[in-house]
Amino acid sequence: MENLAKNEIIKDLLPRKFNATGKLWIGVLLSLCVVGLIAYTRQLSKGLVVTSMRDYVSWGIYISNFVFFVAISLVGSLITAILRLTDVHWSTPLTRIAEIIAVSAITFAAIIIVVDMGRPDRFYNLFFHGRLQSPIIWDVIVITTYFFISILLLYFPLLPDCMLLLKNEKKLGKRPNKLYKFLGSFWRNTPAQIKINECAINILVITIIPVAFSIHTVTSWLFATTYRPGWDSTNFGAYFVSGAFLVGAGGVLMAMYAFRKSYKLEKYITELHFDKMGKIVVMLALVYLYFNINEFLVPAFKMKKPDQEHLMGLFAGDFAPLFWFAIITSMFLPVLILVFKKGRKPLPAFIAGCLVVIGSWIKRYVIVTPTLLHPFLPMRDVPPSYRHYFPSWEEWAIAMGSLAGMMLIITVFARLFPIIPIQETITEIEQHENA
Amino acid sequence: MKPTDTSRREFIAGALMAGAALAGCSEENNPFESSAGEMVKPSGEKVKLLSVNGEVIEVDKAFLKPVPHMPPVSNDEARIGIKGKKFVMVIDLSRCKSLKKCQEACDHVHHVHPGQNWIKVYPMQDAEHTAPYWEPTTCMHCDEPPCVKVCPVDATFKRQDGIVLIDSDRCIGCRFCMAACPYSTRVFNWSEPELPKEIADQPYSCETSVPQKKGTVGKCDFCADMTRQGELPHCVSACPNGVFFFGDMIEDSVTNGSETFRFSELVRDKAGYRLMEDLGTKPSVYYLPPVNRNFPFKKDDEKEEGEKS
Repeated sequence: MENLAKNEIIKDLLPRKFNATGKLWIGVLLSLCVVGLIAYTRQLSKGLVVTSMRDYVSWGIYISNFVFFVAISLVGSLITAILRLTDVHWSTPLTRIAEIIAVSAITFAAIIIVVDMGRPDRFYNLFFHGRLQSPIIWDVIVITTYFFISILLLYFPLLPDCMLLLKNEKKLGKRPNKLYKFLGSFWRNTPAQIKINECAINILVITIIPVAFSIHTVTSWLFATTYRPGWDSTNFGAYFVSGAFLVGAGGVLMAMYAFRKSYKLEKYITELHFDKMGKIVVMLALVYLYFNINEFLVPAFKMKKPDQEHLMGLFAGDFAPLFWFAIITSMFLPVLILVFKKGRKPLPAFIAGCLVVIGSWIKRYVIVTPTLLHPFLPMRDVPPSYRHYFPSWEEWAIAMGSLAGMMLIITVFARLFPIIPIQETITEIEQHENA
Repeated sequence: MKPTDTSRREFIAGALMAGAALAGCSEENNPFESSAGEMVKPSGEKVKLLSVNGEVIEVDKAFLKPVPHMPPVSNDEARIGIKGKKFVMVIDLSRCKSLKKCQEACDHVHHVHPGQNWIKVYPMQDAEHTAPYWEPTTCMHCDEPPCVKVCPVDATFKRQDGIVLIDSDRCIGCRFCMAACPYSTRVFNWSEPELPKEIADQPYSCETSVPQKKGTVGKCDFCADMTRQGELPHCVSACPNGVFFFGDMIEDSVTNGSETFRFSELVRDKAGYRLMEDLGTKPSVYYLPPVNRNFPFKKDDEKEEGEKS
């Protein structure tokens, strides 16, 4: 990387127009979003009856999808904040990828929670009648805070790059140029500006860590503050946060590979990055495994009566295939791949990342739904359809549409802005040379 | 006469001392005065009435005035509840044979969505070798209600008379309360409730819980409108076996309509208990254990798949 000239770097990293594959990708994502929107209009007019949720399973894949979004958004704080504060420099090219994942995921977490509401038209009641004792209000507060810090953490490092983008108006076209002007025309790259920007970023990376822990801890408390077997656990905060870092890191592995391929960034996202990220994923998977053992082994050892039905359902009952699939794909297989040096090459690392993300999505579902099917008093005096749960097509469409929407934000962002910070890459090379 | 506040107070005080109470009341304060002022001409048509002391009296029809309905309670009043009351229910398990008349009456009065129920009757068996019995459940109206704790918008609330109600005009439909309730007592209006138009057009009242609204949570309300009128909840009066007793803990009396007991004595003598006491929710519903039962336990007709007792 050291030998790259400044101009070459700029040329390599400037955003580019979509090629045929890119257009196809956008088309697929857009159509998934449209199907999701159609499903949601049906839900708006008919009510939540279009879902398969009923009185016992009152939270379904909307909520597990929400937990997934909150989880994956934590990676922003891991890569930009934790690695930055520990003075790790190899992660610089990954910061923007992580931060846009964080912003898009937390945006869709907010959207999906509104989708789950029976009365989205009364959303304003949260502000007019909000009660601070409800964990939902805590979640609203911390998620909003996290959203704004993440936006700023995306925006501030973008300022020097905006100037570079403005200099290349001819290549990038007029309309994007207006956006760059709006966002960063005041940036002159003066030492004073650079200093104040760095200072602001430092404050943000420190504040985002407790906020990031809060968003997922509070989200876990939406479950852990109830009495239900499977949720009534003091382990839940740590269990959720560790799982969140894992799925976020898996998501970054996926995104790294995708951007490296489609934007030909081999010089910037190198095998070294896959190697390092692979090691991080192994560590995070083992930490998550540790909390899983705590979460399941201890109640299983005692087998208290309310826990028994729930746990047996997971270990050997109706939910066993999903439960073991989630455990194996989100933890065992990725560790098995990434623990070897050959496994940390780009393609196997990408596959491991995909496994982590898919397994984690299902894991969230296994956390939310089985518990609701094992209430304290047996299910009674309800129609047969209330006794089990499988998401309706509307729920699938909305869930998939939201995932597509998240990826659409990331893709469009990469079309408009350099997905690898240009100015920071240049600065780092210069510093390296001076040293 | 246009008395100011002070002059009126003095005037009333003076009038009371003089023993001429009614004469001194100002117009808006005296409900009798306006009608007394109107000259009603007797129509000559007489109606026979039963007086409070049991005498049959004759009154001219022109003097009869329709009694106005109880004015609807405002949302603020409905949220406060009835002062000096602490409502309590006692369910005698030895009397229940799962007739489900309680459920029928409740569903009918509250227009509960077909298939859903606010009252459920569970076939219970606590352990392998213990006796099975029927256990009707209502909302437990807990004194430490987990549902109220988690509600983000104060749509479900605890009143000073112990009743937990829902404001369906405020509920945002997040269903956190349903996850929080360990008694699975809450139901959700997944679709637009199927109601007759005149019911659907009524303004919602927290005390009647009618009309239920799409996208909001519903549950047993201890028939707060009935208790305000001093009457029994519908499940209590519908049960032919007198399973449900309802009353006021401060008066220390509960009744099922035909029998009345001291609440404290009933619960003491029959070893009353509450459901899931270990959770600390402090329910307002007490159960009397199913001893010396009036009916043998017979598994009911309801052939529900996956039924576990």
